[in-house]
Amino acid sequence: MTDQKGKGSGAGADRVATGRFTTDEIPPESVMLTRLDAALNWARKNSLWPLPFGTACCAIEFMGMVSSVFDLSRFGAEVVRFSPRQSDLLIVAGTVTYKQAPILRRIYEQMAEPKWVISMGVCASSGGFYDNYCTLQGIDKVIPVDYYVAGCPPRPEAVLQALVEIQNRIVANPAPR
Amino acid sequence: MTVGSVETRTDFAPFEARLGDGILSRDRMVGMPVFRIKREAIADALRFLRDEPGLRFNMLTDLTVVDCIGLHDGDRFDAVYLLHSLERRERVALKCPVPEEDPFIDSATPLFKNADWLEREAYDQYGVVFRGHPNLKRILNHKEFVGHPLRKDYDIYKGQWLSEADDLLDELEIRHRLDPKPRSSDRETMTLNMGPSHPASHGTLRNLVELEGETVLYAIPEIGYLHRGFEKSAETHEYNQVVPYTDRLNYCSALINNVAYVKAVEELCGIEITERCKYIRVIITELSRIMDHLVCNAANLVDIGALTNYWYLFNLREKIYNVLESLTGARLTNSYARVGGLWADTHPEFEDGVKMLLKETPKHVNDTLKLVARNRIFLDRTVGVGAIGTEEAISYGFTGPCLRATGYEYDLRKELPYDGYDRFEFDVPSGHQGDVYDRVMVRFAEIFESCRIVEQALAQMPAGPVNVEHPSIIIPSKKETHGSIEGLVNHFKIVMHGVDVPKGDGYAGIEAANGELGFYIVSDGEMKPYKCKVRAPCFQIYSAYPRLVEGGMVADAVAVLGSLNVIAGELDR
Ligand code: SF4
Repeated sequence: MTDQKGKGSGAGADRVATGRFTTDEIPPESVMLTRLDAALNWARKNSLWPLPFGTACCAIEFMGMVSSVFDLSRFGAEVVRFSPRQSDLLIVAGTVTYKQAPILRRIYEQMAEPKWVISMGVCASSGGFYDNYCTLQGIDKVIPVDYYVAGCPPRPEAVLQALVEIQNRIVANPAPR
Repeated sequence: MTVGSVETRTDFAPFEARLGDGILSRDRMVGMPVFRIKREAIADALRFLRDEPGLRFNMLTDLTVVDCIGLHDGDRFDAVYLLHSLERRERVALKCPVPEEDPFIDSATPLFKNADWLEREAYDQYGVVFRGHPNLKRILNHKEFVGHPLRKDYDIYKGQWLSEADDLLDELEIRHRLDPKPRSSDRETMTLNMGPSHPASHGTLRNLVELEGETVLYAIPEIGYLHRGFEKSAETHEYNQVVPYTDRLNYCSALINNVAYVKAVEELCGIEITERCKYIRVIITELSRIMDHLVCNAANLVDIGALTNYWYLFNLREKIYNVLESLTGARLTNSYARVGGLWADTHPEFEDGVKMLLKETPKHVNDTLKLVARNRIFLDRTVGVGAIGTEEAISYGFTGPCLRATGYEYDLRKELPYDGYDRFEFDVPSGHQGDVYDRVMVRFAEIFESCRIVEQALAQMPAGPVNVEHPSIIIPSKKETHGSIEGLVNHFKIVMHGVDVPKGDGYAGIEAANGELGFYIVSDGEMKPYKCKVRAPCFQIYSAYPRLVEGGMVADAVAVLGSLNVIAGELDR
């Protein structure tokens, strides 16, 4: 609204004439001023929709993380979506093989921006102890990764920490990619 | 009678007479007698063993190939067939030498339905061609893979990229040709990909389905997305180092896999574990069975729309996790068993934890049963869906709850008791028509039986050591290592050379949560297994998936999938 300065001619024109709200008529407690991207980031942060690309044992721990003891919904991320177009957080939980790699890549590409990726467990991060002919040695060979979680499988708390870390990053980042 | 120095209850004389000089020699492996036969005779031999009244080896337990290049100078490959007579509780193995130059052998697909996928796997991994197989295509490795990874000359680190996923239309075309289906209308059909990333495809399973309206005409499963080279990795690790890999086969019940593997190695070594160890193994096996059934049923119920049960059942699972974590140090991937014993003895809190679980388990399960057992929607979604009869189930290699759901009470804990299971009182629950309902209910009923076993085992558990006294198997205690020269030498030997496993091969199978989990291990006397083949129960069960869902609704396909308890780690290894 600030750039309406001097141009106003309608009903509210007097009140924006200074380039600022005159707060006389608006009760202060009902308004919060912020930047648009900060507001968006705040919304994004608290409503991450994860897509669990669960392939192996780590996916079972992911299930444990969603269940009531660890309760992913405390962080606003319990709406698990298997459609890449509806989700903005890809959690790769488990071993990714060469056979799987083109599919993982395709799913990542189908997700709308902005999007984040958590690599859950050592298999997704580096191939883990499957150093052999069929296992991809880390998903970062095919897609970018925002956060790596160590462990085989990581404890649910560790993955929750990754989630919080992603949330912090979302808030800190003025222009999400 | 004796075959290759093994005492058998079965009289193999008619078989020997029938094959005549088709039999090359009589031999033995740990757990069963072996006939080496000419490859030309294999179809006849399998048919005779299956159908002859005095023999009736009606289940093809496993089929694999051994690359003998490092074992002897004869033909390069041995095709190995493990057969099991469910009626007479006996096993027998057939081995056929197959030369490298023209590596072919007749297919067993006309005789056993599970031979389809088993032969595809053997072809994929070793390059042995099964003549007459309707669709001999790679199954675990991807379509652009060059070479056969389990051949000894394939470098374990040589990964191969895949540029694009298979469209599977060639397999659909084969099905159209071999199995044309009558159509109810001339509406156009639709081909649809279910998976590999799909909420109901547990792990990553993919099915290409051809639909007429909402009816499934054809289903083509594609597996191998989680093929992470268990067998090749096992060949490059010492016997005890393989234990962590076994955790990750069926990761819903890791401890059962540990126990099954070390049991196979122990039988190969000919050692008898201690009494206390047996009881502890029984307790952890049964707790794992409960956990496995909880995940399977919870996920299955979610898939058919009953979400609440998932929270109920997972709460119990978390409690079991805590108890097992206090024992093994890990929630999921426990790696607790060792060849000749266990990583550590139990502690008093563990026993308290188990007692707590015995109280909690029936409560949680009954809560869930109250929600589902007489629930109209649940019954409509499950009764009569994906049914299969006993005979056909056996031909597909069904074992465990899926076989028992057909009404056939077959449980290895009763039929071929191991680890002292014959001392416990328990029932084997079974179903009536082998549908989704029966499979779910058999699993629920088994949870109560497992509780009974745990209760008895806990009450009867003897004191004593958990590890065998065996200098070439178990590492000596610190006191001995530092206190005596023998202790030091034995310690050095085990650390440097690993467990001492004699030359030979053997198979041992136990009743895992999903069915018969077996390991066929070949040892060349070195510190690492020469070959380590897993008989994964869900691999064979899942091969019946098209049979179970074709003709049904597409939504039922989801219910059927959940009820089979397909665990990708075990399926693809
Ligand atoms: S990191 Fe460990 S637990 Fe996770 S998928 Fe890999 S092997 Fe399984």
